[in-house]
Amino acid sequence: MTAVLVFVGAMVGAPLRYLVSRAFPMPWGTFVVNIAGSFILGVLAGAASGSPAYALAGTGFCGALTTYSTFSYETLQLIERKNYMRAALNLVLSVVLGLGAAALGFWVG
Amino acid sequence: MRSELPVVAAVSLGGGLGTLARYGAGLLLPTVPGRFPWGTFGINVLGCFLIGVLMVLATEVMRAHRLIRPFLGVGVLGGFTTFSTYAVESVELFPSVTAFVYLAGTLIAAVPAAAAGVWLVRRLARRP
Repeated sequence: MTAVLVFVGAMVGAPLRYLVSRAFPMPWGTFVVNIAGSFILGVLAGAASGSPAYALAGTGFCGALTTYSTFSYETLQLIERKNYMRAALNLVLSVVLGLGAAALGFWVG
Repeated sequence: MRSELPVVAAVSLGGGLGTLARYGAGLLLPTVPGRFPWGTFGINVLGCFLIGVLMVLATEVMRAHRLIRPFLGVGVLGGFTTFSTYAVESVELFPSVTAFVYLAGTLIAAVPAAAAGVWLVRRLARRP
């Protein structure tokens, strides 16, 4: 049952990431979903960890909304294009704001 | 938007499958409170390596069907890897040496893992 909830949540999160990432210049779409997903998962981890709602919205939706593979691949692409400033900004801002968003979510939730 | 529908569906299905794989891996290697999250770390670094492999295969080596990249790259690998769990696990470990090692270690491993995937396939593809 938990696996079904994870699957359903992910089937919404992944295409939402795709649509958001298309609305911004690379890599800022991935950046936006990663920060937003970290905040939501922070709220859920504080409030609903271990529940069916967490499987659906946390493991499934937030897990699929956010991504590490595209984050690092886009950073690699920026490096290959010698766009070092944007690559460094992407790495630093993602980690600092992602952590801050998760912490804020914890505090809220 | 109409022609977008197959792409969105491919991303959705791939995302569901990739996320299920991460969920399954998490059952085998659960994150223990206060300990280094090896499961998430391994999943994220492996996913970064695989997206490097996939992108070179799909864009430089072979003519892939137009839904292959959305399905496998955006969907399966996007769902398999996770940034939100990485951020939340780091906060849960904070403040500790483990939190810093996890935070920096994943970041330091991720981009080289993707580069290694790219390098490996380019090297193998160049062979006659």
